[in-house]
Amino acid sequence: MNSLLQEQLSYDKTFDCVQCGYCLPACPTYETMERETHSPRGRINLVKMVAEGKASVEDLKEPIEKCLGCMACTTVCPTNVQYGEILESAKHVIDEHEGKSRPRKLVENFMFQRFFPSTAWMDSLGHATWLYQSSGLKKVSQRFGLTKRAPLHIHEFEAVLPEMPSPKRRKSRAGRYVRKRPATAKVAFFKGCIMDSVFYETNQNTMELLLRSGAEVVFPDQQTCCGALHAHSGKVDASVELAKRNIEAFEEESFDYIVNNAGGCGARLIEYPHLFEKGTDWHSRASAFAANVKDISEVLVDLDGLRFEQSVPRTVTYQPSCHLRNVQKVTDAPVALLEKVPGLTLKQMDRPEFCCGSAGIYNIVNYEEAMDVLDVKMQDVCGVDPDGIVTSNPGCLLQMKLGVVREGAGDRMEAVHLVDVLMEADPQPKT
Amino acid sequence: MDEWIEELRRIIPEKRVLTDLADRHSYSFDASFDEHLPDVVVQPKTKQETADVLKLANRYRIPVHPRGSGTCLSGGPLPVHGGIVLDMSQYPAEIHLRPRDLTVDVTPSVLTANINKAAEEHGLMYAPDPSSAHVATIGGNLAENSGGPRGLKYGVTKDHVLGLEVVTPEGEIIRTGGRTIKNVTGIDLTKLIVGSEGILGVIVGATLKLMPKPPAVQTLMVTFDEVRKAGEAISQTLTSGILPSKMEFMDQACVTAVEKFQPAGLPVDAAAVIIIELDGHPETLKVEKRLIEEIMEDMGALDVIIPKTNEEAAKLWHARKQVSPAIAKIKPTKVSEDATVPRSKIPDFMDRLQIIKEKYDVEVVAFGHAGDGNLHPNVLCDKRDVEEMKRVEKAVEEMFEAALELGGTLSGEHGIGTMKAPFMELELGEVGLDMMKRIKESWDPNGILNPGKVFPEKGQKLVLHHE
Ligand SMILES: Cc1cc2nc3c(=O)[nH]c(=O)nc-3n(C[C@H](O)[C@H](O)[C@H](O)COP(=O)(O)OP(=O)(O)OC[C@H]3O[C@@H](n4cnc5c(N)ncnc54)[C@H](O)[C@@H]3O)c2cc1C
Ligand code: SF4
Ligand code: SF4
Repeated sequence: MNSLLQEQLSYDKTFDCVQCGYCLPACPTYETMERETHSPRGRINLVKMVAEGKASVEDLKEPIEKCLGCMACTTVCPTNVQYGEILESAKHVIDEHEGKSRPRKLVENFMFQRFFPSTAWMDSLGHATWLYQSSGLKKVSQRFGLTKRAPLHIHEFEAVLPEMPSPKRRKSRAGRYVRKRPATAKVAFFKGCIMDSVFYETNQNTMELLLRSGAEVVFPDQQTCCGALHAHSGKVDASVELAKRNIEAFEEESFDYIVNNAGGCGARLIEYPHLFEKGTDWHSRASAFAANVKDISEVLVDLDGLRFEQSVPRTVTYQPSCHLRNVQKVTDAPVALLEKVPGLTLKQMDRPEFCCGSAGIYNIVNYEEAMDVLDVKMQDVCGVDPDGIVTSNPGCLLQMKLGVVREGAGDRMEAVHLVDVLMEADPQPKT
Repeated sequence: MDEWIEELRRIIPEKRVLTDLADRHSYSFDASFDEHLPDVVVQPKTKQETADVLKLANRYRIPVHPRGSGTCLSGGPLPVHGGIVLDMSQYPAEIHLRPRDLTVDVTPSVLTANINKAAEEHGLMYAPDPSSAHVATIGGNLAENSGGPRGLKYGVTKDHVLGLEVVTPEGEIIRTGGRTIKNVTGIDLTKLIVGSEGILGVIVGATLKLMPKPPAVQTLMVTFDEVRKAGEAISQTLTSGILPSKMEFMDQACVTAVEKFQPAGLPVDAAAVIIIELDGHPETLKVEKRLIEEIMEDMGALDVIIPKTNEEAAKLWHARKQVSPAIAKIKPTKVSEDATVPRSKIPDFMDRLQIIKEKYDVEVVAFGHAGDGNLHPNVLCDKRDVEEMKRVEKAVEEMFEAALELGGTLSGEHGIGTMKAPFMELELGEVGLDMMKRIKESWDPNGILNPGKVFPEKGQKLVLHHE
């Protein structure tokens, strides 16, 4: 038996799994891929088999890469198996073993070696997209199907991107805003890479909601990517590095909340303490940081400072972000907010907790599998026939937009971020 | 590649014939703790495909092991002789209700809880309610003759089956029984197949009986300072003209484990706790509730707690469901038994468990469906500790002996599988066991369907440790 491998693979944690199978009905990939190999119980067992030398790291690769990391399995597990840790350990071992499949390698090399290390990268993604859209390149390439030749189906996603703000507008954003004095709370805004680059307007709206709720909003300058994508790809060292930078960035002042509007980032931020050994200085700093991290919906409910003036006569369904629901355990706040919007009808779809298939970069590297999951999701969505799908994470938002297109429902349905729906209802300060 | 596997790929679409090591490992276990690697996993989607696989297996003499969701606690679906795991869980799930007949037709992959859900839409219920009903397949339930808490009043799976569609071990498709409540045409093959643990045929369809859903339920929790008193109170209740739908028992160790795991406000100072559910008309329930309170007081109960709201009641039942995962926290390996004794012998059985526990210095807790004598003594241990596992083997063996001496049986609902096979003769006697074997041999002349289960192999002993 390989004891080094056992240590690297959270082998001990696999014994918490009693193989009861309770997680099977919750797992999207078990449903769409139709085999136990792609179920939580199967994956945990394989990790154990590899640690015991009965299978190779190579055998583990596909089942682990095809896991969405949605953590739905952890919410139903009666013995509280730490699947997240087992999964990350497996990814790390696979990454070290350098045996990833071609599309994943391609994307990762691009993202992690060229893109992410650059300090200005967050903005540059947005700038590049803006340039692409405003220069007319978008129309041209869409018309001639140029992007279709690009690998990894980027064109499918590109077609559903919102309009980007110009670099000038982006730059004009200040580092601190306050409208009400004294402010009811001091909030630090974690802007999120994808949110800030691709869904810039939604970030602006988030800030606006906080200001109208009476809060002071600060953008710590030195903040960086949350590291979720790195960790989900087995790049442990890089993700620890990013965590440290963020902890430092948000220590400059004391805040009542560190708010974010991306379920996936929030889930990572609250898990920072797990990256450091208990008892160390970094562990306590990470814990202090994580304790203040809150999703925008929770903060708005807490502050309770808004009145909604404008009726929004729509029928919507709420698609919770897996990481918001299953990791951050935020379930009620988004619904409570939507229920306050006058004129809005909220219809719950069947199995809202079923992942949409976006899952970080999953839908790019595992396009086919992600689309199978998305198609199941869209069936449940169409079951309640909404004109809006409300989400709380950029990845989900893009994926749901794509789902609407795939259903050919672009004329009757739209995917929107929770924050944007709230802004539509003309929120005004209560006092 | 072996010739028979090549041929399998010709009769079943290739993506449903799995031979990768990762896939094979994923079907090498169930919820018991043994593991055996199959050569191939086949996922049939029609009865014809199922029959074709069995015909081929007969020609090549390849063992075939049917599997549902793999939640078996006795090793039933494990490919102990390699060969094929026949994964029935991907068979198209279909539920056809006939509300006016109070019957339902289902395919084997349907999850049991979904049958009840569909029935409830018509004011009906499918009564058998194993705790695993939301994960386990009806095919697995039929093969194991599973039961749940409601078994006390409504019986177990076999009491709700009218007819079956079965692929025989030789690959022929037959129907047994029918769609009527009464049916005495010939030998009752339906009952023979139900509970046969996948050794007599592969179930590909079933007609099940539904019942009117009781309009109301009432939960009570009763605590005792002595296990013996709890046992007597159960007997007293059942002889006083009341038949509760559930009577569940937990010993102090279980209650303590639940409170540590997910606090639910259970009384940790009581030696025994019984949770009771009554069902029926609301007016009847009021009377029965009062009667039970009186009985329990007479029998020396410490306390009778009546939840005020549905949520409070649900919380108690949730706590009962948490017993299984909660006790798994005591030690990593859980050897679950379900030896069953005549109801009046529950206190004696509990005494015997205490003696066994001390004698072998092992961790034993007990809970279960006390109303029908079906207790679940669980030994908590660590399978990596060989010396401990040897003591566990002895303890388990003695538990079986105790149950049999008290007039009970090896298994109330989890089945014999691989683990309990060595004790079959002890319960059935040589001739009794031989008669069973003869049935098996005439149904499955080549011995290809789920070999290694139910019947002990020569010299087979209970082995829980791996050196
Ligand atoms: C947490 C937990 C709680 C449980 N609670 C209960 C309980 O309350 N009551 C209870 O009775 N059991 C209980 N069980 C045991 C288990 O769930 C049942 O035995 C269940 O019926 C198994 O169903 P399955 O679909 O998982 O079948 P499997 O485990 O896959 O197979 C079980 C047996 O059925 C055979 N089989 C499966 N499908 C077919 C088919 N189509 N045709 C022929 N043979 C077939 C297999 O060969 C095997 O012998 C529990 C298990 C767990 C893990
Ligand atoms: S629910 Fe938990 S214990 Fe059960 S099989 Fe899944 S991971 Fe294992
Ligand atoms: S994280 Fe999601 S996809 Fe992965 S095993 Fe768990 S439920 Fe399945």
